[in-house]
Amino acid sequence: MRAFTYERASSVEAAAKAAASNPEAKFIAGGTNLLDLMKLEIETPTHLIDVNDLGLDKIEPTQEGGLRIGALVRNTDLAAHKTVRRDYGLLSRALLAGASGQLRNKASTAGNLLQRTRCPYFYDTNQPCNKRQPGSGCSAIGGFSRQHAVVGTSEACIATNPSDMAIAMRALDAVVETVKGDGSRRAIPIADFHRLPGDTPYIETVLEAGEIITAVVLPPPIGGRQIYRKVRDRASYAFALVSVGAVIQPNGTGRIAVGGVAHKPWRVEAAEAELPTGVRAATGVLLADARPTEQNRFKVELVERTLAAVISEARG
Amino acid sequence: MQFDTPATTNPIDRLKVVGQPIHRIDGQLKTTGRAMYAYEWNDPNVSYAYGYPVGAAIAKGRIKSMDVSDAKKAPGVLAVVTTLDVGELKKGNFNTAKLFGGDEVQHYHQAIAVVVAETFEQARAAAALVRVDYAEEKGVFDLGKAMDTAVKPEESQEPDTAVGDFDVAFTSAPVTLDETYTTPDQSHCMMEPHASIAAWNGDELTVWTSSQMIDWWRSDLATTLGIDKEKLHLMSPFIGGGFGGKLFLRADAVLAAFGAKEAGRPVKVALPRPLMPNNTTHRPATIQRVRIGADRDGRITAIAHQSWSGDLPGGGPETAVNQTRLLYAGANRMTAMRLAALDLPEGNAMRAPGEAPGLMALEIAIDEMAEKLGMDPVQFRILNDTQVDPENPERPFSQRNLIGCLEVGAERFGWNQRRGPGSRRDGNWLIGVGVAAAFRNNLLVPSGARVRLDREGIVTVETDMTDIGTGSYTIIAQTAAEMLGLPIEKVAVQLGDSRFPVSAGSGGQFGGNCSTAGVYAACVKLREAVAQKLGFNSDDVVFENGQVRSGNRAVLLAEAAGSDGLVGEDTIEWGDLSKTHQQSTFGAHFVEVGVDVATGESRIRRMLAVCAAGRILNPITARSQVIGAMTMGVGGALYEELAVDTRSGFFVNHDLAGYEVPVHADIPRQEVIFMEETDPMSSPMKAKGVGELGLCGVSAAIANAIYNATGIRVRRYPITLDKLIGGLPDVA
Repeated sequence: MRAFTYERASSVEAAAKAAASNPEAKFIAGGTNLLDLMKLEIETPTHLIDVNDLGLDKIEPTQEGGLRIGALVRNTDLAAHKTVRRDYGLLSRALLAGASGQLRNKASTAGNLLQRTRCPYFYDTNQPCNKRQPGSGCSAIGGFSRQHAVVGTSEACIATNPSDMAIAMRALDAVVETVKGDGSRRAIPIADFHRLPGDTPYIETVLEAGEIITAVVLPPPIGGRQIYRKVRDRASYAFALVSVGAVIQPNGTGRIAVGGVAHKPWRVEAAEAELPTGVRAATGVLLADARPTEQNRFKVELVERTLAAVISEARG
Repeated sequence: MQFDTPATTNPIDRLKVVGQPIHRIDGQLKTTGRAMYAYEWNDPNVSYAYGYPVGAAIAKGRIKSMDVSDAKKAPGVLAVVTTLDVGELKKGNFNTAKLFGGDEVQHYHQAIAVVVAETFEQARAAAALVRVDYAEEKGVFDLGKAMDTAVKPEESQEPDTAVGDFDVAFTSAPVTLDETYTTPDQSHCMMEPHASIAAWNGDELTVWTSSQMIDWWRSDLATTLGIDKEKLHLMSPFIGGGFGGKLFLRADAVLAAFGAKEAGRPVKVALPRPLMPNNTTHRPATIQRVRIGADRDGRITAIAHQSWSGDLPGGGPETAVNQTRLLYAGANRMTAMRLAALDLPEGNAMRAPGEAPGLMALEIAIDEMAEKLGMDPVQFRILNDTQVDPENPERPFSQRNLIGCLEVGAERFGWNQRRGPGSRRDGNWLIGVGVAAAFRNNLLVPSGARVRLDREGIVTVETDMTDIGTGSYTIIAQTAAEMLGLPIEKVAVQLGDSRFPVSAGSGGQFGGNCSTAGVYAACVKLREAVAQKLGFNSDDVVFENGQVRSGNRAVLLAEAAGSDGLVGEDTIEWGDLSKTHQQSTFGAHFVEVGVDVATGESRIRRMLAVCAAGRILNPITARSQVIGAMTMGVGGALYEELAVDTRSGFFVNHDLAGYEVPVHADIPRQEVIFMEETDPMSSPMKAKGVGELGLCGVSAAIANAIYNATGIRVRRYPITLDKLIGGLPDVA
């Protein structure tokens, strides 16, 4: 870990301004991912702006009938919230499928959206990695890639986004609210929030320098059977090989977002249109452009089979 | 004491303390955080400095130069010692890869420098500033590809055995099996990382460390540092798990010693978790071919087991054929081991080396063979039991109750409910059951102890034996208490200190039996000293209820000790009983698994182990050993694999996020049954080892259960879902 300076921000605007004026600054909330990465010198901020005092820890109804989740609401609190459990069961289930009780107690909603990949080559600073060291190459391509992405990949990176929560947010059409360094605000649909790796895998979201997440807004509840199915080698405390977040309506239509397969939560609306036709057709569209490696080819079939199990559970 | 005739009745047989379910005497220290592990040693009058290791970034080659100027200038830095600074060092007797010194890089994450600073954080930050210029060389990293270059290891390893004519018998057998199985490289992943504190006092060195084998470490550290062994004091009273990963001297102790010398201060060094899998040793991967031929009635007529593994030059093979030499009958048999030179980190012992991976293969093969014969796999094993060493029928087993284990286990588990492959279902789960035999040899190693009786009537045992979580403190206290007729509260045990008599140490499941036998021998000496002092005839002396009695005279032990106290010291040495008799431990594992019909995730539902392993010295600690081993077997069956990057030659998933071991949610109800057994050939304790037996066969039982659930036979461990989903029923 490199030496850094530290401040506790007193307002959202001040935090955004401070971050915008210092390209080597980072926000810190729960720190469950950032501190680990700093110890390994994968992240090397010279200044930390602590946002824990900004009062962004409330869950409130919106005028439209949805829910505004403060950026600092801890994963544990979000998963346990009565309205979330009643109206957005998918979100609650996805959260509880991730990490451990201790981590969820610290991890924040915004931080969860910003957690970085668990690619082992990203974590080993001796190894080339375009995400950690732009232009150095991708060790995972041709290497140990069982956990890696199968769709939306590039020649530069095949890493996945490890978040469970983000899969639920994507299926629920959440909107990320932010404040920029100049004090202006914007609302970013979750579909646009995370980026595919392309030639710049080190740029993972559309956030601009200094831009701070203040809340994640859920639209009014859409009902349906809400299922999160996380497939992994061991029963707990593991990242998804594949996960399926689904909201299935009684008429057979629904929404599907998939984790463990791409650099972002993977949802293809055209695939959902195929749901009434069948799982195979839907998966065909969902993973139409899949380019798996030898080691993770199984994920294509696993998505289809997991989706089939989820649909069957929703109908059962 | 020379143990060369079978044990007769002795004070241990009273079983007032030995054999009783006594909770760990060190348990409270551990649950309250007062047991001081290596890194935690703290003398408030000493100002410790912190060393952080630097690992090589290449798998093979040479270091051309190292630039430590930035590291030396970093805040708080006291010293930087590089592998070039210290030059070539002598290698310890037990090390294959060198731990430090010189410009050669033999494997990834080999220790090449230690940075010492006032704080841990400063040392870590400065370590990242060390710049290294390498001359990288090509290496060999892929066992599958190197298999053809594998050679026969030295004769001392007994690489080949043969009895009868395997080829002829196999070719003429009406029912045959010829399959190849693979097991991956595995990492010990004990909770406590390798850690040491080194403190110099002139030319004398004290090291607090985490070691299973005090005397081996002491010799090898002295050799590596080029100092006199007598000048080296080693302590390792508490160990947070080892599993074989702490059998041999490791780099943390060497780096701490050099760092402390250079900094002029005591230095603490712990290996960071991500460094451990590549810096230390691992269980090597194997490729195993098993061939079995049998008559139609199920009698094995031919059995062959060949194993290929790799290691750095100078290393040894994984002895995966061991059990096949002894487990089943069959007149025509052969085993062979071949060793390939690989440039991966050093392969070496991990819990039940040889038998653990060997049974992973053999016990699937036995299951497959039973199916070919149309026999129940329990019955097939019983039919092919042998009571003599099949390679040398003159030589009986000292005790062998494999059949009892299988029968009791089958009864308790409800084995007769088993149905054919792929025919049981519970909701989305395909249900299957599997069985495997457990087998592990009982090894005998000399072990010494000193027993002091003081005027308060307190007995203190001193031995360099270690407790790696196994319960050594407790069973040693039980032994001394039984021998001297005292309650366990009157016994204190001090372990893991090189000032104490050299013991067997913890390894090869020999620690429990051998170290208590050493304590037994020392207690015999103390009993003689007491009797002699009191003028008692030692033949009719009874130690009971805190008294020593002879005829109608009875004296309190405290009184007998007098103000100077009394001491007994001895070492148990072993005669020929392990040559005249084959000493082994046996068991049977039964497992029920569920396999998710859609995703192929395998989850364990029930586990039962039945063990026949001599006298059980303490059923609580023995059970803990076995359930822990069963848990390790779940990891080996389902998740654990060090992923080799065969381009650059290292284990990629080198932390606990990437290398998955079982978590609580993976482990269901575990049941353990110990068969009544005493083995007078094994030691005066009549005990044998059980800590490794519990692992042997577990993974194969799981593999067999998965086959029973799904009808899919996987011969490549671990059995992850990607190896199953292609064969599961259609769910779309």
